[in-house]
Amino acid sequence: MPTVKSLEDLQKIRAEALKKREIKTAPGSIQIVVGMGTPGIAAGARDTLKEILAIIEEKHLTNITVRQTGNIGLDSWEPIVQVIKGADAPVTYGKVNPFAARRIMDEHVQGGKVVAEYVVPA
Amino acid sequence: MREIVLHLLDLAENSVSAGAGTIRIGICEDLDADRLTVSLADDGCGMDPETVRKVADPFYTGRTTRNVGLGIPLLKEAAETANGGMTIHSQPGAGTTIQVSFQHSHIDRMPLGNLAETFRELSVAHPEVHWIDRYTARKDGAERTFEFDDQPVKEILADVPLTHPDVLAFLRETLEQGLGEAQSILEPASLQEK
Repeated sequence: MPTVKSLEDLQKIRAEALKKREIKTAPGSIQIVVGMGTPGIAAGARDTLKEILAIIEEKHLTNITVRQTGNIGLDSWEPIVQVIKGADAPVTYGKVNPFAARRIMDEHVQGGKVVAEYVVPA
Repeated sequence: MREIVLHLLDLAENSVSAGAGTIRIGICEDLDADRLTVSLADDGCGMDPETVRKVADPFYTGRTTRNVGLGIPLLKEAAETANGGMTIHSQPGAGTTIQVSFQHSHIDRMPLGNLAETFRELSVAHPEVHWIDRYTARKDGAERTFEFDDQPVKEILADVPLTHPDVLAFLRETLEQGLGEAQSILEPASLQEK
C-alpha cells in the first residue's frame, strides 16, 4: 500500500515548510475565493479553480489559501474570484476564465497590481 | 453542466452550505450491472419531507435553508434520460443522502469527468469539511476500490495549508495514482498492463 509511505511524505513536506517559514497567518497572506455555486460551475468556475491550483503548484507559490464559496448573487459576472491580500480590501473579479485567472495570479497576487479590466464594478 | 463531476461539485456545495462537518462521496462504476452510481452523504442540517419533495422542482430554491436551485432538477433529468434516477433521503438535524444512478453504457449518459481533480478541489477549497471519497470499479467479477480520507492528511499537516504547492502536488499524485489503479480494471484486457 502506498498510503504509509504517502503520510511520511507529508511529514517531510510539513517539516520542509516549517523550516522555510512558509506558513504564517501573519499579514501578507493571500486568500483567494472562487464562487462555486450552480451558476459559477455552469459558467466554468471549475476550470478557473483548476488553473489557480495549477499555477500555485507550477510557480511554487506559498502563503496562499484557496477557498470556494457558494452563490454570491452576481450571476451575470460568473465565474467570480475574490482576492484578499493581507489587510487590503477584497478585490472582486468577474468573468474570470483560466486566462484571466493567470493574469490575476501574475499581476495581482504576485505583482501586487490589481487587474482593473476584470474587476466587478461596485 | 456536461460532466458528472461538475454536478458532484454542485451537490457538495449544497452539503457545505447545509453546515456539513463530514461529507462522504461514493462513485461506483459497475460494468457487470451496467450501472454508474454517485452518492453523497452529509451530516448537515437536513431537510424536512416537504422540502425533499420540492428540491427536484426547477422552480423551487431553498435559499434560506439550503442553497438548492437548478442543479438538482437538471441532474435528476440527466439521470432519468440515461435510464437511471435519483433518490434523496434527508432528516432534519441528521443530514442528507443523495444517490444518482445511470445506465453506464447509455448513449446519453454524461461522462464522469476527472475525479482526481474533483476530489482534490473539494478537499483543498473546503478544508473545514472532513471528506471521505470512495471509488469502486467492477468488471468481470473483479472489484477494486480506492478510498481517500483527508483527515489523516490534515492531521499531519496541521498548520500547513492544503494549498501549499508541495501538498497540492502530493494530493494530485495520490489521487491520480489511487484512482488510476482502481479504474484500470475497466479497460479492455488488451490495454491492461498486467
